[in-house]
Amino acid sequence: MNAKAEILDEAGIRRALVRIAHEILEKNQGLADVVLVGLRSRGDHIARRLAELLRDIEGSAVPVGVMDVTLYRDDLAHAAHWPRVQRTEVPFPVEARHVVLVDDVLFTGRSVRAALDSLMDLGRPLSIQLAVLVDRGHRELPIRADFVGKNVPTARREAVRVLLRETDGEDRVVIAAGEQERR
Amino acid sequence: MPWTRKDLLGIAGLSPAEILEVLDTAATMKEISTREIKKVPVLRGKTVVNLFFEASTRTRVSFEIAEKRLSADAVNVSTSGSSVSKGETLLDTARNLQAMNPDIIVLRHSCPGTPALLASRLPAAVINAGDGAHEHPTQALLDLFTIRERLGRIAGLTVGIFGDIAHSRVARSDLLALRALGARVLVGGPPGMIPPGIEEMGAEIAPRLERMLPELDVLIMLRIQLERQGGALFPSGREYATHFGLSPERLLLGRRELLVMHPGPVNRGIEVSPEVADGPQSLILDQVTSGVAVRMAVLYLLSGANRAAAAVEGRGAHER
Repeated sequence: MNAKAEILDEAGIRRALVRIAHEILEKNQGLADVVLVGLRSRGDHIARRLAELLRDIEGSAVPVGVMDVTLYRDDLAHAAHWPRVQRTEVPFPVEARHVVLVDDVLFTGRSVRAALDSLMDLGRPLSIQLAVLVDRGHRELPIRADFVGKNVPTARREAVRVLLRETDGEDRVVIAAGEQERR
Repeated sequence: MPWTRKDLLGIAGLSPAEILEVLDTAATMKEISTREIKKVPVLRGKTVVNLFFEASTRTRVSFEIAEKRLSADAVNVSTSGSSVSKGETLLDTARNLQAMNPDIIVLRHSCPGTPALLASRLPAAVINAGDGAHEHPTQALLDLFTIRERLGRIAGLTVGIFGDIAHSRVARSDLLALRALGARVLVGGPPGMIPPGIEEMGAEIAPRLERMLPELDVLIMLRIQLERQGGALFPSGREYATHFGLSPERLLLGRRELLVMHPGPVNRGIEVSPEVADGPQSLILDQVTSGVAVRMAVLYLLSGANRAAAAVEGRGAHER
């Protein structure tokens, strides 16, 4: 096993999300027409947590959708194995909404590119914003996040792992040297 | 488990895990057909040839729609009515098509085994869309998908298949798939239409509808191929309806929740009465909807397996 350094602990993740929630409210001046769409497989859980925080702060519910961008990826031809497609569930119109895409890690930007295309096929949002828990740099496309939990300078070959209660039983973000994990 | 097969030639040989992989993927694909823009780019730049040597509307259109929803380029070749001898024509046609470098060939042919023949000769993936009385795997997969979607499971259900079992590729594929996933299968039909040895494939014989109906969760009625019978096995459609058709009266012998399926096209008033075909227990149109999702899933999975194979061997290098 490679050496791992902790970037965020449980409290750190919570504080980052609380700040992002406030920033979302500030940028959109409330929650009118705001919807969250999380990218599988961890952005969906982060989106749900943000929705809870937004409800606690603002007192109104914000719709949460889940998106699987597998069918829109540009790297399928190079993927080590053909990924299993999971369901996209965006049970509300995105037409004329401010859509906040939520993902765990922003890396090359290719997942976000796929998500943008996928979202456009579901309708024409008023705007699309991007919230990520960690921005680790190394963009390959002209994409940036509107809301960032933590900026982490990394080497390309390092792997950033976001562990969440819902999927991993604990809340932590760690950075591991070694094999690069494409995001 | 990841899908590794180059072709889909039949249900025979598929593991339960592989069947479930198709059904699970299809569940995802189904949502795409409910969108305003019913298209995803995953097979962009792939060419699919729909090669139909037998008449078909539903299956061909279903494949074509599935291909287009995945952004593949679909080409239809229908050669029904060709009088040239089958074997030579098929291989010649196939070689000519292969020279144009398609990625997937969807083949329907009246001669059993032709998809396997093509699959062994061509680097393109081959999907069997019905070969004679042998198999029709995507129909069986869409039948299972439809049942599972409605009842939540396959294992433990009792499913009846009724009609011309002996000449039906649908019956064969359905039987294999249902058994693989743990359903009990009763088969029945007019005398002479139940092939000897069907028990060895895991079916129980219940010749008459009246006998099997009370036990069933699902009843699959097969199409009577009037054009092929030539009056040999029963005299007329009306005669068939009287003795073997699913009428509203006969339907009452089944449980109230019994679901009725039919692979289409329905001979209304012969194997199924119009009241039953259009009634609340009928899943006939759900089957058609499922068909597109299941074919999208198969196209997606085969593309993945073949991409992996090409990466290992060097693209196109495994041509014989």
